Amino acid sequence: MARTLTMDGNEAAASSAYRINEVIAIYPITPSSPMGEFSDEWAAKGMKNIWGTVPQVSELQSEGGASGAVHGALQAGALTTTFTASQGLLLMIPNMYKIAGELTAFAMHVSARTVATHALSIFGDHSDVMACRQTGFAMLASGSIQEVHDFACIAHSVTLASRIPFLHFFDGFRTSHEVAKIEILSDDNLRAMMSDDQIKAHRERALTPDHPVLRGTAQNPDAFFQGREAINQFYTACPGHVQATFDAFAKIAGRQYKLFDYVGHPQAERVIVVMGSGAETVHELVDHMVAKGEKIGMVKVRLYRPFVIKDFIAALPKTTTAIAVLDRTKEPGAIGEPLYLDIIAALREAKDQGISTFTKDPIVVGGRFGLSSKEFTSAMAKAVYDNLSSSQPRNHFTVGIIDDVTHLSLPWDPEFHTEPSDVIRGVFFGLGADGTVGANKNSIKIIGEETPNYAQGYFVYDSKKAGTITISHLRFGPRPIRSTYLVTKANFVACHQYVFLDKYDVLSYAVPGGVFLLNAQFEPDKIWDELPREVQQQILDKKLQFYVIDAYDVAKRTGMGGRINTIMQTCFFAISGVLPREEAIEKIKETIRKTYGKKGDAVVQKNYQAVDATLASLYRVKVPEKITAKRSMPPIVSDKAPEFVKNVTAVMQANKGDTLPVSAFPIDGTWPTGTTKWEKRNIALEIPVWDPAICLQCNKCALVCPHATIRPKIYEAAQLNGAPATFKSTDFKSAELKGYKFTVQVAPEDCTGCTLCVVVCPGKDKKNPAHKAINMAPQTLLRETERANYDFFLNIPEFDRTKLKLDVKGAMFLQPLFEYSGACAGCGETPYVKLLTQLFGDRSLIANATGCSSIYGGNLPNTPYAQNRDGRGPAWSNSLFEDNAEFGFGFRLAVDKHAEQACELLAMLSSSIGGELVEALLKADQTEEAGINAQRERVALLKKKLASLKTPEARRLEILADYLVKKSIWIVGGDGWAYDIGYGGLDHVLAMGRNVNVLVLDTEVYSNTGGQQSKATPIGAVAKFAMGGKAIPKKDLGMLAMAYRSVYVARVAFGAKDAQTVKAFQEADSYPGTSIIIAYSHCIAHGYDLAQGCEQQRLAVESGSWPLFRYDPRLAAVGENPLKLDCGAPKVELEKYIYNETRFRMLQTMDPERAKMLLKTAQEETTKRFQYYEQLASLKNQT
Amino acid sequence: MDLSTNYLGFQLPHPLMPGAAPMAGNLDIVKRLEDAGAAAIVMHSLFEEQITMEETNMIHQMEVGSEAYAESLSYFPKPNEYHLGPEEYLELIGHIKKTVSIPVIASLNGVTSSGWVNYAKKIQQAGADALELNVYYLATDPLETCSAVEGRAIEVLQGVKHAVKLPVAIKLSPFYTALTHFGRELDQAGVDGIVIFNRFYQPDIDIEKLTPLPTLALSTSAELRLRLRWLAVLSGRIKASLAVSGGVHTAVDAIKAVMCGAHAVQMVSALLQNGPEYLKVVLDGMKSWLEDHEYNSLKEMQGCMNLQKSANPAAFERANYMKILQGWRS
Repeated sequence: MARTLTMDGNEAAASSAYRINEVIAIYPITPSSPMGEFSDEWAAKGMKNIWGTVPQVSELQSEGGASGAVHGALQAGALTTTFTASQGLLLMIPNMYKIAGELTAFAMHVSARTVATHALSIFGDHSDVMACRQTGFAMLASGSIQEVHDFACIAHSVTLASRIPFLHFFDGFRTSHEVAKIEILSDDNLRAMMSDDQIKAHRERALTPDHPVLRGTAQNPDAFFQGREAINQFYTACPGHVQATFDAFAKIAGRQYKLFDYVGHPQAERVIVVMGSGAETVHELVDHMVAKGEKIGMVKVRLYRPFVIKDFIAALPKTTTAIAVLDRTKEPGAIGEPLYLDIIAALREAKDQGISTFTKDPIVVGGRFGLSSKEFTSAMAKAVYDNLSSSQPRNHFTVGIIDDVTHLSLPWDPEFHTEPSDVIRGVFFGLGADGTVGANKNSIKIIGEETPNYAQGYFVYDSKKAGTITISHLRFGPRPIRSTYLVTKANFVACHQYVFLDKYDVLSYAVPGGVFLLNAQFEPDKIWDELPREVQQQILDKKLQFYVIDAYDVAKRTGMGGRINTIMQTCFFAISGVLPREEAIEKIKETIRKTYGKKGDAVVQKNYQAVDATLASLYRVKVPEKITAKRSMPPIVSDKAPEFVKNVTAVMQANKGDTLPVSAFPIDGTWPTGTTKWEKRNIALEIPVWDPAICLQCNKCALVCPHATIRPKIYEAAQLNGAPATFKSTDFKSAELKGYKFTVQVAPEDCTGCTLCVVVCPGKDKKNPAHKAINMAPQTLLRETERANYDFFLNIPEFDRTKLKLDVKGAMFLQPLFEYSGACAGCGETPYVKLLTQLFGDRSLIANATGCSSIYGGNLPNTPYAQNRDGRGPAWSNSLFEDNAEFGFGFRLAVDKHAEQACELLAMLSSSIGGELVEALLKADQTEEAGINAQRERVALLKKKLASLKTPEARRLEILADYLVKKSIWIVGGDGWAYDIGYGGLDHVLAMGRNVNVLVLDTEVYSNTGGQQSKATPIGAVAKFAMGGKAIPKKDLGMLAMAYRSVYVARVAFGAKDAQTVKAFQEADSYPGTSIIIAYSHCIAHGYDLAQGCEQQRLAVESGSWPLFRYDPRLAAVGENPLKLDCGAPKVELEKYIYNETRFRMLQTMDPERAKMLLKTAQEETTKRFQYYEQLASLKNQT
Repeated sequence: MDLSTNYLGFQLPHPLMPGAAPMAGNLDIVKRLEDAGAAAIVMHSLFEEQITMEETNMIHQMEVGSEAYAESLSYFPKPNEYHLGPEEYLELIGHIKKTVSIPVIASLNGVTSSGWVNYAKKIQQAGADALELNVYYLATDPLETCSAVEGRAIEVLQGVKHAVKLPVAIKLSPFYTALTHFGRELDQAGVDGIVIFNRFYQPDIDIEKLTPLPTLALSTSAELRLRLRWLAVLSGRIKASLAVSGGVHTAVDAIKAVMCGAHAVQMVSALLQNGPEYLKVVLDGMKSWLEDHEYNSLKEMQGCMNLQKSANPAAFERANYMKILQGWRS
């Protein structure tokens, strides 16, 4: 009996691939990153492959780079693999052609993900792999975690036999992140699948100076075509090798696959053809329906390329009359999607060749499903069969959405389901921070690995990074689970956060008679009255068994802090009866020991105590017979919200976006800005409270706030008329603005409670220094009053920006046009973005590289970039990860061209418009806010004048006139983009001298994809792919940029010197050439309480790790040294800075000797670099 | 000159040794101390609280933000091995034992009763020759009585004594109401030595920023007098040996401590200021003084100035006190 384990698809793929390869070159991209991370981790721990050697794992600077390294390793004869998805796969395509053209034995593993079109999506479909059909790679599709594990091995085996490279793919997230119980291939199994002779042949084809050959020639018309055709026999032979490998595998592992696997009635009439995880759901439906006597069947396409007509025809029952081909991709403009076209062509060719066996030619229709992980349920699959039953089946249909525009979608019955009654189905609502997902993964492990039951888990995450909700979907049953869709009919629903009851329809998931477990701070006899009406109604209607626990109380008593995972997990086992209670508790404790044992006994003991304390606090609630609720679930958004927000955004916010029809959506991915303000998330337990008596009016709180939820304003006293009674105000301390009032106001429902503002606040009560000008207080008690205060505050007009001195204090009176984003609580990036929008937001275009900043900047449902009262604000877009500098450069080219044409037209129309106005428009000084404002007024006047002109030139100028007001182009991205994948483009843009401003939000690690090292990672820091601590110092991007001598360069850290930050932004904008600001951004991936973010920034600067400087080429032009160091010589030892952070401290705990060695090198490097900067800054005669 | 003394059951050539300080973390310094003639090495404390905090904090920081957002389900790699526990300290004991041949006295500051006992066992396994219990504790809870504070220390001592065979000393702070009685109770509970006194971490305050200011001031000879007084009080009244810690900077300081009853003389600040070799200077100074004053051995003067020599020690003390006060008035 093979060993069984529970794991997700990524681990299943990596587990096979790692053990049968020698070189692994990767680049992180969701959802494939964990495959590379597993490999790196195993290599770092010295885990050997089946030949007793540890594979080389290398992270490259992009997938393009990874594929180049793969190509090289293959050419040099190593058994090589890589893992990728989506845009990453697209970047590999050029090398894929080469690898295939050179008949190279190679297999790669792709967690298939949507390619960005009208929007980016991290979720799964086949649009990426379908873009590789033409490369010459063989394509192998797996649909379950077991198949992923098996096919990962088979792909590497068969590529050696066939010399055709293989792209093995499975569905991103649905399969890559689903956890399931599988049989593990042993090393012996894998060894048996890897032919020594074929490996020898692979080695012998390697480039070596001992037997030199030459590849990669340039060929001409006389040779290329024939050479290309010389490959044909290998493609002809390939499927035979695949089937032979499948057969050999069956003998070893006991699981038999075919090129096309048929499932269903032997005399089926209606057949679905499908690849990937969707095939599992169709399989489940077919089993269900055939048992009821339905003559249906399905074909799972295993080997998609090379496509073998004979085997496909053989797989279909002769009785087949109608075929529906399901494609998980969309090819607009094509006759149909790729698999559909292949099937049509296959049937036609089969007929032409006389190998068709059907009594009557079947009807074939094609349809799309599951784009971007859209749900595909057995009910939807049934709708596809039902369509085939109709007299005129709909072709080119969609299923899973409601298409009310082109009416292509098939209707389905959401109540239909095929899940057997002996499968336990649970849905768990948790917070990211409470550990729900981790606990559920442990439960799956316990049940999957300790009982004969099969287990499946799939986890739905939030689109935000702070206060995130997670929904875990778990199934346990006696047979393999094929339900590759979310649980909608749960017999166990757990809500780990009471507040969710007001936001989500939690109990819609519960089946009648099911269990509802709630974590709430109310006594069992009080809880009923605290539930919203909708919840009470469903508990009564569905006769739910209702349990309650105050898990936070148990957690507090047992020292668990906010982690209620162990407690809620214990409740699940105690109530569900999946395992006998005592046994379950023993298993939970064993898991705790395994998880934390090596790290610390204290944590183990705390968890044990939590388990033991749980049962005594778990109560079954005696449910009354009638509704007693005094309240209903509040509306998702305010009644004042725009129609679009109410009709579309709010539905998505309520987790019901799947119900929105096609007509609800913008046709081209264009969304309104400024909608985060309608989503009141109320995620902070405590919010800041301002004490005007102590406030120094420095506005530092506003500067550091990552979410623009604490704002100062100055206004005339008269504005206070009608203020709510609790609205606070004080005299503004200013010689120039005597009589003005000043308020610092918190947005109570938008604040994340990060406390950065409190920590940075310098105002202390002299009588009680523990009391500052800002102090945290419980949000629930303040919510109502502060909501009214904040509304009032927002309605006070903004102070005239032309009259503000734009230092730190003054700039904070400018309206932030980036607010309430989905960034982490305490984020160190967003204060820079917010500052950018305050200073230039009303005239800026932002090109944003993919990464954290594009996610919190543009991940639906809501958009944080906002508009001012005049309707102006940042225009924002994300193109790709790798091209952002060029993308923003394009903005500049267009904007300059528009402005140039506007000027030309002005000159042309001068006599009609009036020479004086034209002259003023053309020669306007727009260096200051006042000048910009004056120009806006001139443009308004110009437009008025143009309205009366009837010439075509006047019409053209009307459209372009706004470009006479200067625009600020910002190119924003993280270090992954700027230092790694986008560096080539960035370097080019820096060299072009055009007026663009680059903002590098440097967290020194890939934050968005989960902590992989970048070239910005400092020496000694532990990151994924640098598990032993990075050995090479951080790349000095600032120095590289300065080398051009024409680029404005600044290195800033707002927590260390905010005035320098504000100045650098202004100088960058004013510099008429290219500017780059490299901004220290503390990050959750650094591993410390981000409330201390500013303090860490200060230490980074004072230790010399992050020297502050500005390099302004304008100074060189007047004979001054362009480089100004904005910080003193290091005065704090590096270790005082770095060892506050887990990323550095980890190494101390893992390998103290190496930590010491790297610290020594880092300290030396830091000192040397600072001395170098000092020398440069002290040079004279720069002209 | 015979300077030999007996401390915690060890026959030592003389009473001078470094007190608990991070110096012991540096093997070069440890070796230099031995070369300078140190009679034993007292290591810095292993703090249970620090280990627990580090452990909890590291796990928390690695978990925070994980399993919350689909693209970044974790932010750190998951290494197999961590050394968050006391391993580093325990390994250091082994290294010091290999480096020197004099007794090595480890020091422990626990929080929980299981922590005290478990870490004490580990310290014994790691090869330490003796253990100094650092019961540093600031009694800030107004509901906690002095007997509770003392009782806990005695419980800890009993637990540790029960768990290990090592000689166990206890390092006290000066802030006990009835120190003599407490010393007797510790003695009865089987303590092998009492070290007086722990120098409290005493933060200064920043009057501009209105914050506490972490400072570490080295001791001066002036601090010795408090210790002399209590050495004199305890000397002769308990079976356990006595050590002085805090304020010994010169040979005269050391001689005073011995005269008041110290069996061991621990030095930290003086060694930090003057280097490990300074220990030899003090040692030589003691030798010369004893020779000059025609003592035959250190034992002759050990405890000669303790209060037992007075018929009514309390009265003697009080009379002195009044005399001093009156002296101030005049």
